[in-house]
This record gives sequence, structure tokens and C-alpha cells, in this order.
Amino acid sequence: MADITDLGIAGLRDGFRAGEFSAREVADAFNGAVAAGRVLNAFIAETPDHAIAAAEVADRARASGELRPLSGVPLGIKDLFCTAGYQTTAASHMLEGFVPQYESTVTAQLFAAGAGMLGKLNMDQFAMGSSNETSAFGNVISPWRVAGGNAPLAPGGSSGGSSAAISARLVPAATGTDTGGSIRQPAAFTGISGIKPTYGRCSRFGIVAFASSLDQAGAMAHDVRDCAILLEAMSGFDPKDSTSLDVSVPKWESGLSSDLKGKKIGIPREYRVDGMPAEIDALWQKGIDCLRDAGAEIVEVSLPHTHHALATYYIIAPAEASSNLARYDGVRYGLRELPDGANLQDMYAATRAAGFGAEVKRRILIGTYVLSAGFYDAYYNKAQKVRALIARDFEDAFRQVDVLLTPTAPSAAFALGEKSADPLEMYLNDVFTVPASMAGLPAMSVPGGLDSRGLPLGLQIIGRPLDEQGVLNAGLAIEERAGFTARPEKWW
Amino acid sequence: MKRGAANASGTAMSVDAATVRKIASLARIAVTDGDVEAMVPELNNILGWIEQLSEVDTDGVAPLAAVIPNHQRLRDDVVTDGNVRDKVLANAPQAEHGFFAVPKVIE
Amino acid sequence: MSSYRIQGATGEWEVVIGLEVHAQITSKAKLFSGASATFGAEPNSNVSLVDAAMPGMLPVPNRECIRQAVKTGMALGAQINRYSRFDRKNYFYADLPQGYQISQLYHPIVGEGALIIDADEKTGIAEPKTIGIERLHVEQDAGKLMHDQHPTRSYVDLNRSGVALMEIVSKPEMRSPAEAGAYLRKLRSILRYVGSCDGNMEEGSMRADVNVSVRKPGDPFGTRTETKNVNSIRFVMATIETEANRQVDVIEAGGRIVQETRLYDPDRNETRSMRSKEDAHDYRYFPDPDLLPLELDDAFLAGCESELPELPDAKRARYATLGVPAYNAAVITADVETARWFEALVEATGKPAVEIARTASNWLISDLFGALNRLGKSIVDSPVSAAQGAELLALVADGTLSGTLGKQVFEIMLETGDGPAKIVDERGLKQTSDTGAIDAAIAEIMAANADKVAEYRGGKDKLFGFFVGQTMKAMAGKANPGVVNERLKAALD
Ligand SMILES: [Mg+2]
Ligand SMILES: [Zn+2]
Repeated sequence: MADITDLGIAGLRDGFRAGEFSAREVADAFNGAVAAGRVLNAFIAETPDHAIAAAEVADRARASGELRPLSGVPLGIKDLFCTAGYQTTAASHMLEGFVPQYESTVTAQLFAAGAGMLGKLNMDQFAMGSSNETSAFGNVISPWRVAGGNAPLAPGGSSGGSSAAISARLVPAATGTDTGGSIRQPAAFTGISGIKPTYGRCSRFGIVAFASSLDQAGAMAHDVRDCAILLEAMSGFDPKDSTSLDVSVPKWESGLSSDLKGKKIGIPREYRVDGMPAEIDALWQKGIDCLRDAGAEIVEVSLPHTHHALATYYIIAPAEASSNLARYDGVRYGLRELPDGANLQDMYAATRAAGFGAEVKRRILIGTYVLSAGFYDAYYNKAQKVRALIARDFEDAFRQVDVLLTPTAPSAAFALGEKSADPLEMYLNDVFTVPASMAGLPAMSVPGGLDSRGLPLGLQIIGRPLDEQGVLNAGLAIEERAGFTARPEKWW
Repeated sequence: MKRGAANASGTAMSVDAATVRKIASLARIAVTDGDVEAMVPELNNILGWIEQLSEVDTDGVAPLAAVIPNHQRLRDDVVTDGNVRDKVLANAPQAEHGFFAVPKVIE
Repeated sequence: MSSYRIQGATGEWEVVIGLEVHAQITSKAKLFSGASATFGAEPNSNVSLVDAAMPGMLPVPNRECIRQAVKTGMALGAQINRYSRFDRKNYFYADLPQGYQISQLYHPIVGEGALIIDADEKTGIAEPKTIGIERLHVEQDAGKLMHDQHPTRSYVDLNRSGVALMEIVSKPEMRSPAEAGAYLRKLRSILRYVGSCDGNMEEGSMRADVNVSVRKPGDPFGTRTETKNVNSIRFVMATIETEANRQVDVIEAGGRIVQETRLYDPDRNETRSMRSKEDAHDYRYFPDPDLLPLELDDAFLAGCESELPELPDAKRARYATLGVPAYNAAVITADVETARWFEALVEATGKPAVEIARTASNWLISDLFGALNRLGKSIVDSPVSAAQGAELLALVADGTLSGTLGKQVFEIMLETGDGPAKIVDERGLKQTSDTGAIDAAIAEIMAANADKVAEYRGGKDKLFGFFVGQTMKAMAGKANPGVVNERLKAALD
């Protein structure tokens, strides 16, 4: 039998149901892997007790025949999801020691489905970052290394704890959140799959907000099937979130099919950016070939406003963040800095200066600036108009094709520290993932191959609103044909 | 227009130290002279880059109101929450007599 | 045109007034959370995790609050916007947990409307005047800061945080403190009719931001100041008076008025600048991305429309057609509870309204109001019910009770809470029209006063009153005065 920690969600679920191992054995195996993988710094807090308790429930449920969809499956939870009784920090000093008295809807659904929690995963602070270098709790180190090298690499971000933990097999799967690519880009960097569903599929209730009109929870796992299973359990209408979509959740797992006959795949020409590495181009071509081989027709399409998406994003997301993060003021929870003789407003300024990291401050300042008197129309309102045009581009494209195929990121994983000096260069990492976020579309990254240095590269599939099935199916078609079996060599 | 021009004609604006201090104050983030010095070029760099949007023709385009077409649901007027003072105060840096306490505010 | 003028050293000044009224919407739960909106609970108990702005908490609007705002807009004859949005108003304060107030700036739910303030000779409002309403929007209330409980700390209570408010913004169309007072009274009256706000200024459910500027008559508007959160009609009027005079003094001394936020101090009857709050008023409004556009459909609007009650102006006009004197109608319709009581009274008489409304209105205004005033009670806790009042009116109308007896019975009703029929019965207060008894009394009086009978018959008509008095006395006040008159005339003439 394979090592338990090599199994993903479906393997664990099915093996547990078949009696090959107990849930407790699973929990113990992964708790052990988590402890052994501490050098990766993928976790802000480990919660072995939670995983064990859920496993014991699962074992009793199996005995009494009351199994639930995720019984026996432990998960990693990004530390942006509020978990009742377990510290939730958003990887910021601001929330160090904050213990929510409530459960996010997504984690509540996962636990109700029988899943246990192995720990709270490290991430970029307040989900702002693309390399996991903005965490107040230290960088996450990717389990991947350049062939023959040992320089620490970025696991991507902001869901970098999730991506690293999955690819290092510390967890079988994990939750992520994606605002401008924070599930897809780290998935691509670490050779795993990750899906961000349609905006409104997963409730945002209890998820620490970054940019409300963009934030979406999603699933990260070894393969497409596991993504489908996990996303199914996370999704659903929530009356506590006004932007939640009141539509039923399809049975994505049972709907999986890699037969793409009759489907049209769009290749957006604007994604062929200047200076794109030949390897990325080659990967894209490989993806096209896979989908054609699965029976799909390939059609070139145009998304003319693509090259303005990133700038649009860097107006809207910071603007929303500047307001969403105003609640961290040292009054009701979290850090309080009270210098001698400080008045209330001094306390706010000192608290926020001490609590927020540099990137968070940078974005709050940009957001404050673009919303300030006299600038609203030129920046925020203008950006929302360009955003409408970006969304319209996708609508037009989806009149011709069923899904779009692009690379996930403009490069493979880079070394920690390589890009952290230049914020703009870091922002450019999200150039391919941001447009779908702007339009609220379902999008996923699946591994397509390795670059010449042996690092994973991801392919992105973007679908119509609510067509997660189409996205998953195209992802499956690539997964089945790309033959991606690489995994990081264990060095930790 | 105040403080440099972010206008439709796309004139490059420039953020100076005073502006950085002003927005940091609006955002209630204490900044040192060193912070300000570092932030001026950084913010100018980023703001100069996002200035590209002024090139996009958005005449007659309505700003996006809802990412996925959806309308606001309304809830019933029923008391379903509250009476959770312990939870409300559980993480307070300073709570006294059932209140949050803050440095004295002179109004 | 209002004649209210401030006499300055350089001549007459006109005062220009606009009011922004914050009215607490009547609802069980808060605007965006399920916590109770009730006033006066233990600190931080009517607070949900949403109201405390815990990380990841999200707002979901309360339908009833939206309905109340729409109904109020309809009552003000205002434009109802089928598309509206919530915006965030960003600023930092300890009573504002989110760091922003959810309000409506760009697309308010209600647009332009108007209300009519009534003429009032006493306060110099010569004729009814229409005051324009600029807009009405829905927003959250803030929490409360307490400064007097600890020497170096302020305490934060979030019970009010998130309670629904309507902000009703008038146009700058009032020209005297009296007009502002009349506007507030009329607005409060309408809110109470609609049931969208209890109008209780003492408990803070209605507060006004008072915008005042002065100008020489005919000149363009001057620079205005905004005095925040004035919590009684009297104080609003005092604010206008004192602030307008201050502005005149400043200008005449060669100074300029600064557009600023001020505070009214009732102890000193003056306004003061709130510079401490001025430095950073850049609210960075933008649409709240946690909420979607609010789109109202026909069914929603029809539902609101169908719940609108008859409003004071309409009621007043209808009362006039029933023969209710104008003054009575104005008094009765000013307050919805009085109007309700009055209509219940008329209804309970079982008579056509046109026959009884006038009498009923007179009785209500003189007898009932007089009694309530004495007792220090309002009409909702009147010791006499509308049904009992109607019974009393009926006993007077059918001659069972004389006017005097009616007042006597009413006093006993107030004391005992008993119905008038019971009182009349038990105490034998019934007015008699029994001609036999009256004739017997008359005969006795005539026999005892033969001299006066002779004098009367000799032409001294004035003595008729003497015989009426004697007869009534003999009948212990219970004789029907009409019958007494009639029988006396027959016996004497
Ligand atoms: Mg105001
Ligand atoms: Zn207001």
C-alpha cells in the first residue's frame, strides 16, 4: 500500500471507506508530516487535536454507517479563514493572538462534511503578495528546488502555505483564497491544481477580507478530481453573505469528463505578451495540443483590455483594502500600541504602524490615495469602468468559445528575495490571473510540465460564470495528457 | 484640482513627501521621516504605472456594479443575533465593566 | 416671504436654514445585523459580531428598514429610486467599529420631495409654506462613547452601532427659527403617521444637523456652518438664532464665516467650533463592495404604497368636509395618536361622521385635552377610552345628560374609569324630561311665589330666568332644560 500521505482526498476517502486504514491513522500520518515539515514554515499554527477529533468522529461514523463526504480527510486551512477557538492571524502581527468566536462558513461546511483541520496555513499578510514573503510569521519555503541547487524558492502567494504544504504532502489538500491569482499562481509554482470558483460560489462570511469584490475561496489539491470534491464541499449559498449566489452546487466530481468533443477552446492573443519566456510559450502550446487531443476545437480570440487589467486591479483592490482594513484599530481585538500620552488617534496610528507589514501599508496608502478627495473619478470610478470593459471582453469571447486557455504565470517559481525589492515587478506575476478575477470568472491552474531547471509550470483555464464543470473538465483533459508526475524531492 | 493632477488628459502626477504624510494620516498609519522618504518613489512608481488607465476610452461605459449579475437580497426583520457580549469582548485589548476601553477622548 | 430679520449694524440680515434630520427607523433588528435595535439595554449586549466589525463579518440589509424608508419617501411625495446603492463613508473614531459608516451618497434610495409647514400667526408664519426635501437615504448609526466613567479612559458601547437611520435632507428653504421648528414638527408628525420613526427626540431617535448662513436680502447664499446633532426642536430654534447672530457679528466686524462643523451648547446657548474633528474630513466614499445594488420592483413598491396611512394634510382636508372647525382639525391631525383616537371616538358613536364629528372634536379638544393636561397624561394613556367617550357624547346628544351633567359624569369617569351609563345609573344623574314631575315642581314654585308670577305676567320678562333657576334647583339639576323652558312658558304665559 502507498504511503498514506501520498494520497489525496479521493484516495483517502475511498481507502478509509474501504477499510484500508482508519481515519485516526490518516490524521496521525499527516500530523507527523506536518511536524516533520516545519522547516518549510508552511503553518502558522498546527492543530493536530482538531484533526484527531474529526478522525475519531469519522471512525465512529464508519462503524455506525453514518459517513459524510469528507469523513476521514484532514485538510490544511489558510489562516485567512476564521476558525472558532483557533487563532486566526491573516499572517499579520495585527491579529497575532486573535481567537475568533465564530467559524467561517466555508470551514463550517468542511467540518460539517467530516473534514478535520491539520493547521492554519501561512500566507502573504492579509493575502497581499505573490511570493509569501509578506507574512509576519516568516517566509514559506517551497519544497521545490532548482535541479542541483538549494536556494530557497517562493511557493507563490498569497496561498503559499497551502501550495507548499500540499506539494510537500504535509496535507492532502487545502483551502485557499484568490483575489488576483492567489490560488492559481502558487498552484502553478508548486505543481499542484487549484481552482477559484465563480465569484459568489463560496461564502466570504468569516474570511478576513482583502478586496471584497474580488476575494473568493477555492480549493487546492494534487489533482483535478480532488479540487472538484473539495470545492463541492466549500461551495453553496450563504444568506450571511450578500454577494453569495443563490444557486445550487452541481455534483462536480461525478460530472468530471475529459472528453471535450464539441467544445471550443479560446486562445486569447493578448496573453502572448512581449518577452514571454519561450518555455512558457511551449507550455501553452502543449496545453493546446492536449485539449485538441481531447476533442476540442481551438479558436483564437481577443480580449482587448487585457493589458490594462493589472493596473485596474491595483486601483480597485487597494481601494477596497484600505477600507476593509480600517477595522484594525486596536480597540476591539488584535494588536494595540499605546505610546505614553497617546490619544485615541495616536493609538490608531501607532497600532497600525506596528501591526501592518510594509506591503499592507503600501496598499492601504495607494487605496487611500486613489479614493481621496478629487481623485475618486480619475482612479476608482475609471478603474470600475475599465473593469466593465474587461468583463465585456470575456462575455464576447464566451460567445465564441467554452473555455479559455492561458499560462498561469509568466515564469516558474523565483528565489525568495529575488523580486521583493521591487513591488511593481512582483505585481507583474499576476498579469495572467488578474483578468479573470476582475470579471469574477471561475479559473483554475493545472500543472503542465517542468521548465529547464526542473520547476513546475501551470496552465490556466478560465470559464464562463458558474461553469466550474467546464473548467474542471478541461483541466482534467490536460492532467490526463500532460503526464505531470513530478514531485519535489524530500529534503526537509 | 488639488495636490497634483490625476486628470483625464493623463498628466503624470507626482506624490511628494507632504502628500505621503497626508494620506498616511488619513489612513492612520504613523510614519517616520525614513518611511516617507522610501515611500515617495515607491508610490510614484506605482501611481505612475496605474496612470495608464487614462488611455482607455471609457466614454459611455457604466462602472461595474456587480461582478456577477446579482441583486441585493434583503433579510427579514427578526432578532436573530446579539446577547453575545462575552464573544464581542473576548479579544478586546482592554475591556472594563462590559465596555471597550480606549484612551480618554475629549470632544 | 418670511419677515424674520436680524437687525445688524449694517442693516437687515436674512437667515437661510437647511436641516439634515437623522431619524431612527422603527425596526426590531438592526440595519445590517440580526441584533436587537432596542434602546437602553446593558452595554454591548445588543451587539452582534457584525456590529462589532469582527474580521470577515458581512452586512445583510433588513427589508423592513428599506420598506420604512420607501414609505417615508412616499409620504413626502418624493421620488423613489428603484436603483440605489450603499456607499462607505470612511473615517476613524472609537464609536465606528468598521472604520466606515455604511451610508448612501451617490445613489440614495429617495430623491426630491417636499412637505408643507402650516401657517401659524403666533410664530409669524403667515401662510402655509412648502419646504423642499433634497433626498432621504438609509445609513447605520454609530456606537456610543462614554467619557465620565473613568478618569483617563473613554468607554465604548456598541448597542446603537448599526441601528438603522434615515437621513432626511431639506433644501435650504427655511428662513426663520419658527419655520425650522414647524418643519421639524411636521416631519415628525409624518414619520409617526407612517410609523417609520417614533420621533422621540429625548431618546435620540431624531436629531438634526442645522445648516445656517446669513445674507443681505436678495444677495446670493452666504457661507454656511453645520451644527451637529441638535436633539430638540427648541434647541434647533435656539441654535439658528444664536448662530445667525454670531455670523452677523463676525461679518459686520469684518470677518469671514468659515465652513465648519459646530456644536450647540444648551447651557451657554451658544455654538462652538468642533475643530478637533475637522482636520481630516476626507471621507473617501465608494460603493460598499460587500453589498449589491438595491433594486426595488413593482411588487415591493406597491406593497409599501398599500401600507401608507392617510397623512395629516389629507386628514385635515377630510375633517373640514365633516364640519370639524379648522383649528380643531389642525390640532387633532398634528399627532397621529390623537387623530386615531378621534376617529375611534367618532366611529364608536355609531352616528354618521358628518353629524357628530364637530361635537366630538370640540369635546376632545376642550374636555378631554383639558383633563389630560391636568393629569399630565398623553392621549395614548387616556383613562377614558374612545368607546366611553362616544357613549358620553351619545348620552348628551339624546338628552339623557345635560351639558353640565355631561361634564360632571366625565369627571367621575376620569376618577373611576367607569363608563358613563353605569355612572348615570348608579348615581341617578339622568336628566329628566318627565313633564309630570317638572309640572309638579313648577306648580309648587308658582304657588310659593305668587307675587313674582304676577310681576312676570305684568311684563317683567326678566323674571323668567328666576323661574328656570328655581325649577332646576327643585329638580336637583337633572331636569332637561329644554323641557323646563317649554313647561314654564306654558304655565306662566
Ligand atoms: Mg450631516
Ligand atoms: Zn448621516
